[in-house]
Amino acid sequence: MSAAEVHVAVGERRWVNRALGAVAWLVGLIVFFPVFWMVLNSLKTEQDANTSPKLFFDPTLDRYRDVTESGGGLLSFGEAFTNSAVIVILSTLIVLALAIPAAYALAIKPVTKWRDVLFFFISTKFLPVVASILPVWILARNLELLNTRQVLILLYTAINLPLAVWMLRSFFREIPRELIEAAEIDGAGLRGQLTSIILPLAAPGIAATALLCVIFAWNEFFYAVQLNPVDGSTVPIWVTTNVTARGDFLAKLSAASVLACIPVVLAGWIAQKRMIRGLAMGAIK
Amino acid sequence: MSTTNTAMDHTVIRPRALSRPLSDSWRRRLPLLPALLFMILLTQVPFVLSIYYSLTDWKVVPPGPREFVGLDNYDSLLHDHFFGEAIWTSVRLTVFPVIGSLVLGTAFALLLDRKFFGRGVVRTMLITPFLLVPVVVGLIWKNQMFHGLYGVINWGIEKLGGTPVEFVAQHPTLSIGITLVWQWTPFMMLIMLAGLQSQPSDVVEAAKVDGAGPFAIFRQLTLSHLRPYMELGILLGTIYLIQVYDQIAVITAGGPGSTNVPFFVFQRSIGGGWEFGQASAYSIVVVIASIVIATFALRVLSNLLKGEEIA
Repeated sequence: MSAAEVHVAVGERRWVNRALGAVAWLVGLIVFFPVFWMVLNSLKTEQDANTSPKLFFDPTLDRYRDVTESGGGLLSFGEAFTNSAVIVILSTLIVLALAIPAAYALAIKPVTKWRDVLFFFISTKFLPVVASILPVWILARNLELLNTRQVLILLYTAINLPLAVWMLRSFFREIPRELIEAAEIDGAGLRGQLTSIILPLAAPGIAATALLCVIFAWNEFFYAVQLNPVDGSTVPIWVTTNVTARGDFLAKLSAASVLACIPVVLAGWIAQKRMIRGLAMGAIK
Repeated sequence: MSTTNTAMDHTVIRPRALSRPLSDSWRRRLPLLPALLFMILLTQVPFVLSIYYSLTDWKVVPPGPREFVGLDNYDSLLHDHFFGEAIWTSVRLTVFPVIGSLVLGTAFALLLDRKFFGRGVVRTMLITPFLLVPVVVGLIWKNQMFHGLYGVINWGIEKLGGTPVEFVAQHPTLSIGITLVWQWTPFMMLIMLAGLQSQPSDVVEAAKVDGAGPFAIFRQLTLSHLRPYMELGILLGTIYLIQVYDQIAVITAGGPGSTNVPFFVFQRSIGGGWEFGQASAYSIVVVIASIVIATFALRVLSNLLKGEEIA
């Protein structure tokens, strides 16, 4: 191959790369458009939002004030955010407290039937949530747990525990066996091994796992709307209260939606690389 | 040798172990038990209760004595054509979004798996739909994208000279399907991206040196490397999409032809039907169907775990 031909080939490849980069940008903008439009609508008046799509308008933050101040609904913005924060944080902490020792018993000093146990955890994810709602509702009613934060904390723990055990197990398997054996010879029990070696080394994986638990718990709607329609309810329920049967609501709904999504979206944006790694390792290895 | 040493260390260091030594297998099991008991309590107890309820004629409205009716509920379920329709809707609302988001997610991951200006920004934009609250996704698509008068899509259709479409009213299942694909494509993309990044580059380089074109490399190397990741995406996507409730509740509220099995069971029980006995029979059937799907899916999972041996 002559030097000129090589030059042409490289130039061609660079041209292809640029074109594919442009395609990626185009795809990204199209996929992101509904989110962009939601943010734009949240800055409009109802008149500007409920007409044929408008790109230029006088932006206002009034809709954010409307949705956070309105006390007319059953559930106020402050209540919903406090409930969601308490429920999500506590259930995620319980998940980690249960899943870390369990993952230890499946990965580092495995019980003999670790495969079956792992299958059991995963298989509970196949039980449709809706199939359990009736007995759960009846049990919660009889235990006077309807409309409390406790019932959602328990259920969100159950939703996320299998995923957490699965992911943590694979992160723990990455920890060099010699380090754990050395700690054991030094007399470290389970707690000592966890605090001195396992938790520091698996911290990125634990963070990725916790983030996924937070996302699923923050976004959960079905249990919340069925079990806590009145008190102790969460942000997704609060969003739906901004849909009204009469009058225009798109701008208000958009503002409420932006507020509801911000915490998880920011966390996800910051942790995206870690999440890719977490999914890959947690899944395949 | 080392195991006997450890065992001795434990008996020396822990006084409790002297009085009542735990066998090695129980010491291994102990850390597992809290999580295991928690899951058994929260998933198996409701299941057993459901089996019991499904054998009774328990109705809340009108209230009456709860009586044991054997398999009557299961018999009437066979003749309920609404249940059949719900199953068909469930199949469509699972298969179409899983395949759609897997294909798009793979394509997007391939686009992102190369260096170009602003790659981080594009990746951030592409993962955002997965991070949104599902209820918000449903409401936003319904009210700003699909809206018959002011929707962005109809605005585009009109600009191109077409006639506006009432998406949600005319194509309820398709509308829900599109929002599901939009939300789940980033999830598939993340998994495929993880797969692409774990592909050993030396193999690809060697293939290039041997004169393999980009398409041959993709077909013969990349696709086979991505296969377990695709299976994982299908597995996880199916688990979550078969249970979809949120988008249906806010987009159509189960309107014409868009009631899937979860929504159907909900409607028959605490969503207005209050036929607890009958609804329990439905949910038991759903569980059995899920177990069938799960056995198939778990076989995939066990292939993923195969070859993984504890040293």
